[in-house]
Amino acid sequence: MPNEEKYIQAFVNAFGVDSSVVPTLKFQGIEAWDSVGHMSLIAELEDAFDIMMETDDIIDLDSYEKGKKILSTNYGIKF
Amino acid sequence: MWDLQKYASNTAIIDDRGNSLSYSELVQAGEKLCEAITKANGGLARCLVFNMCDNVLGSVIGYISFLNGKVVPAMLKHELDEELLTNLYNEYEPAYIWTRIVDRERPLFKNLPNIYEAYNYVLLKTPFGVKTELYPELGLLLTTSGSTGSPKFVRQSYSNIRANTDSIVEYLQLDSSERPVTNLPMNYTYGISVINTHIDIGATILLTDKTLMQREFWNFFKEQQCTSIAGVPYTYEMLKRLRFMSMDLPSLKTMTQAGGKLLPELHKEFAEYAEKTNRKFVVMYGACEATARMGWLPPEKAVEKQGSMGIAIPGGRFELIDVDDRVFDEDNKVGELVYYGANVTLGYATNGLDLIKGDERKARYVTGDMARKDADGFYYIVGRKKRFLKIYGNRVNLDDCERMLKSAFGNSDLACGGVDDKLYIFGLNEAQLSEMKEYLVKKTGLNPVAFRTIMLEKIPHNESGKIVYKDLVQYYE
Repeated sequence: MPNEEKYIQAFVNAFGVDSSVVPTLKFQGIEAWDSVGHMSLIAELEDAFDIMMETDDIIDLDSYEKGKKILSTNYGIKF
Repeated sequence: MWDLQKYASNTAIIDDRGNSLSYSELVQAGEKLCEAITKANGGLARCLVFNMCDNVLGSVIGYISFLNGKVVPAMLKHELDEELLTNLYNEYEPAYIWTRIVDRERPLFKNLPNIYEAYNYVLLKTPFGVKTELYPELGLLLTTSGSTGSPKFVRQSYSNIRANTDSIVEYLQLDSSERPVTNLPMNYTYGISVINTHIDIGATILLTDKTLMQREFWNFFKEQQCTSIAGVPYTYEMLKRLRFMSMDLPSLKTMTQAGGKLLPELHKEFAEYAEKTNRKFVVMYGACEATARMGWLPPEKAVEKQGSMGIAIPGGRFELIDVDDRVFDEDNKVGELVYYGANVTLGYATNGLDLIKGDERKARYVTGDMARKDADGFYYIVGRKKRFLKIYGNRVNLDDCERMLKSAFGNSDLACGGVDDKLYIFGLNEAQLSEMKEYLVKKTGLNPVAFRTIMLEKIPHNESGKIVYKDLVQYYE
């Protein structure tokens, strides 16, 4: 599966939302993306991309777009 | 309740929006708020108020002022479901609502007149007036399962709060140099006890509504030199995921844990971390019905006594009883835990008429938790008799969930069970199960990941029609 799809799927799995809304998502923007949801998202991303995320990245990842930047810059994931 | 004026120039509260209040200013804010109530009541301040809680200045000032002014607050989360809130409103008929300005227009509130405003909170007058009679010693009402809309409150007295505050201050050795952060909600007994204890000794409360997953939280923590953090089991899972133990937090001295049993591996990790970094990790045990705390694990025992919640707090006493309610003393035998202490609350209330009731428990609380003690007298909680779970620290009553679901889904055969942080809904129809999950998510406000649905051919009932919950345990991961 190409990385973009994997990335979207992580959000779908964590929040139970439709893939079409994923690109608009922000932390606390939907009910499911609270701190509990955030924990799920991080777990899904770490699983999907086989990475261990750093503290700063975990707390800075507050939107779909931001997450893409973080994963590509800090974890070498190409989108 | 508290003698705040004696700390006059100490800083009482600092929030993450750049505001700070000294103890004198806190006293003044309280006097003004209670004056407004006294005037509107036409005489005495004492009455029932719904405090719509948030971890912001208005909410904390309201709470502290009400307690000092002998106004009785019922602590409700500000995001409480409208239907559940309306039920409580009709059952208890509060004289006022103290709520965030942004919520002023919610359906239940929008026609209520505003009689006072401060710190982004408004005091709304209800049509009930000072109807509800209050037992003179009644100080505070906390929900046991506000998430599931059970109208049950725990009635806490002023002396309950005083006894527990004194005990906690003693065993945690708190002083005015402490700067605890409010990462727990203040409508929750653990969250309130952090406020109660630190206000009592002139310390500085670092007030934030941000979560551990936000940069703003950690910036505030570091800038304001937070000395302690309190957490439920899920908090510690989050801290672990955040690589908390690699963070540079020079001001941190103490980590406390309550609100459910921590996974043994996590207990071990944090206990060892504390030992290594010369900090204190204090596992504790308690319940709203005992004001807050009943037991504590002395930090120097944290590594040795993994899985234990410790010993009774100063002034308290534990007992174990068998199935025939007989007290026993044997080590490593499981029985039901009973607690004795001045912090055992008056009892419950299910409607406004119950608020006149006095002390029903008489300083003895049968906890509903199964426990054993070891040869050194340290207690280990091994299970729960009562039908509730702790989901991210929130008490969720399983029978209430079943009732709500049956009522909303045409009395379908169903069951609710599970383990802490994971509630299982058992049903017969896949599509309906999915709707049931959505319904509970909406009503409780808890994240969907806390709920699992399992479709069964049939729900196990015994001959008297009662659900056989132990037959469902096999499904819990």
